[in-house]
Amino acid sequence: MCLAVPAKLMTHNGLEGVVDLHGTHLPVNTMLTPDAQPGDWLLIHAGFAIEKLDPQQAGETWALLRDLAQAATKSPAPSGTGAATPAPPTQGDRR
Amino acid sequence: MNMGTRPIPEMLRALHASAAGLGRPIAFMEVCGTHTTSAFRCGLHSVMPENVRLISGPGCPVCVTAQADIDELIDLGSRGEVTLCTYGDMLRVPGKRGSLEKARGDGASIEVVYSSLDAVRLAQSHPHRQVVFAAVGFETTAPATAAAVCAAQKLGLDNFTVLASHKLILPAMRALLSATDRPKINGFLCPGHVSVIIGSDAYRCIVEEFNTPCVIGGFEPGLLLSSLLCLTEMVAAGRVGLVNQYPQAVRPHGNPHAQALLQEVFEPGDARWRGMGLIPMSGLFLRQRYERFNAARRFSLQPVDDREPPGCICGRVISGLALPPECKLFGRACTPVQPIGPCMVSSEGTCAAWFKYGPQRASANGVARLQQLQEVRS
Repeated sequence: MCLAVPAKLMTHNGLEGVVDLHGTHLPVNTMLTPDAQPGDWLLIHAGFAIEKLDPQQAGETWALLRDLAQAATKSPAPSGTGAATPAPPTQGDRR
Repeated sequence: MNMGTRPIPEMLRALHASAAGLGRPIAFMEVCGTHTTSAFRCGLHSVMPENVRLISGPGCPVCVTAQADIDELIDLGSRGEVTLCTYGDMLRVPGKRGSLEKARGDGASIEVVYSSLDAVRLAQSHPHRQVVFAAVGFETTAPATAAAVCAAQKLGLDNFTVLASHKLILPAMRALLSATDRPKINGFLCPGHVSVIIGSDAYRCIVEEFNTPCVIGGFEPGLLLSSLLCLTEMVAAGRVGLVNQYPQAVRPHGNPHAQALLQEVFEPGDARWRGMGLIPMSGLFLRQRYERFNAARRFSLQPVDDREPPGCICGRVISGLALPPECKLFGRACTPVQPIGPCMVSSEGTCAAWFKYGPQRASANGVARLQQLQEVRS
């Protein structure tokens, strides 16, 4: 349950911020991570930042996801295999 | 990070070696829908030792929601004065009289929202509509509902309410371990993002009271494998412990801001779960001071019968007592296109994962996936 994805905080104004998720800029509420600052990696769930991530570890996760996506592109997976990268956020399905 | 320290092939070899030394079958339960789908998606089941099973528990919020609560939601969403706001994965869950999606097709005002605050904004901009937010989910999602209630209070909105059926994971884990008819569970793979909120220390009660190992795991294939290896090694060594394998996001005491918000808005109470009945103190309900935001009260909702669809065994599936192919409806009358039970509807549902990645397909995909991972990491 509870899909959450790491994203980087770009701008911040009070409790409202904007994160960069795979190049898509999304609004985020930071009331659960009040000390978040632009440049921080946050875990985003249903429009809320629920935790700050360690930058090095978040970067490693990000790099692994990117590598996996590239590997999947180079070597097409058999039918039915899902990509390992988190899907870009869509409306709903954020639980 | 754990996944950076041990390559996947090495972890797989260690897992098989550890399992071989056991000489008996063991089973671990994941209580998180994202773990369920991640494990299937990367083919984890197909590369696990024969005597180590990973079974799904009550971790998908859509799946654990009682049929009566879903019927209540559809009934409310069909009322003319109501605009019902919901997360996308509730839309297609069937009730006695269709689904929210069908109700929307019939003209009901049903909006899919990305955030609970979108529902508050909708209420603010449509003062003549009664906006109801369908609040479903575990501890990860509940703070967002609490934030919406606080925002509505601050704005003085009298046309915003929530129909809350939030659940708490620990009482469900206790109920599973205490039930007479229960699956064999040698350890829990604990939900990563619920743990972000409640903290890793919260599982000590399961470890200590039930003598059951708990490992909090992440979602990428390497992290999943690492968590299963950790559980297997604990069982093989006869140790019972609590290990946090997702420390990059999960702190020992969780997120104090989220916990304070939950404490402010909700209080725990007995809640009904699909297939598991009423579990004491397993739900979150609005405190008296926020009662005016309770949709059940505002719309005088009457209790409805809680009956699963005929033939559906979703309740047994989420309790770890049955596998999806054991259901007579699975893959025949019940498919992702025309689902009967919630486990087939939700993208995190066990039946949907079995249908999509089932054993035959999972086997081929799993090997290919892990080969890919091996290439990436080498």
